[in-house]
Amino acid sequence: MDIKVNVREAPADCYVVDLSGEIDVYTSPKVKDAIGTLIDRGVYHLVINLEKVRYIDSTGLGVLIGGLKRVREHGGSVNLVCTNPQIKKIFDITGLVKIFGIFESEDTAMKALA
Amino acid sequence: MKPAVERTAPELVELRIPSRPEWVALARLAAATVANRLHFSIEEIEDVKLAVAEACTAVIQHERHGEFIELACEARGDSLRVRVHDGGRHGAPAAEPARMNFDEARIAGLGIFLIRTLMDEVSYDVNPQLGTDLLMVKRAGSAP
Repeated sequence: MDIKVNVREAPADCYVVDLSGEIDVYTSPKVKDAIGTLIDRGVYHLVINLEKVRYIDSTGLGVLIGGLKRVREHGGSVNLVCTNPQIKKIFDITGLVKIFGIFESEDTAMKALA
Repeated sequence: MKPAVERTAPELVELRIPSRPEWVALARLAAATVANRLHFSIEEIEDVKLAVAEACTAVIQHERHGEFIELACEARGDSLRVRVHDGGRHGAPAAEPARMNFDEARIAGLGIFLIRTLMDEVSYDVNPQLGTDLLMVKRAGSAP
């Protein structure tokens, strides 16, 4: 079990963070580090692509919430790309659909950042 | 389709893992395997995986957890009964204040909320000497 993290620069001062694998209490620190490093560098507009994430728990949600909180302090935003029904269900039942922008494709998530 | 193995009696799977993050995946895999034996839907199996992982994570994040987490998954009828035992002394008075900050506490609360939402029955048994048991039941056909 592992998580793969890939960071890509996108147009308009935006970065995309591709996550692949499982985000839990063991792997979430790696995700937290990647997002934190971007924010430390002054990147406040992020698209986090969860399309290849098979599993996420509360520690993973906590990392995403923490990242959103930090970028919002700088007027930034975090949009998520999520098509896995089971992952979407977790965002639904925790009410996090109301604080994250959740999109079916990277393209729409990027456009919504603007 | 007839199951490959007929279940005529309750089946019990027990697992003991170190109370460390790298072992949580094994606990949820074990629970998922037993849920699969009950022919739970994929959604129900995912619910069980998440609830078991949240329970183990809650143990690991507790300041006074024990060295091991004991997991018992019992398939009985159309129900899966899961017990997560932590031998840590949760009931004992804290020698020092918890180090969890506000945000960490909120996330921990999210984990408990998920367990209560995804499982049909949830109860605790806290014994200062023996540790804490979290008991959870999931029935087939009950995914929220």
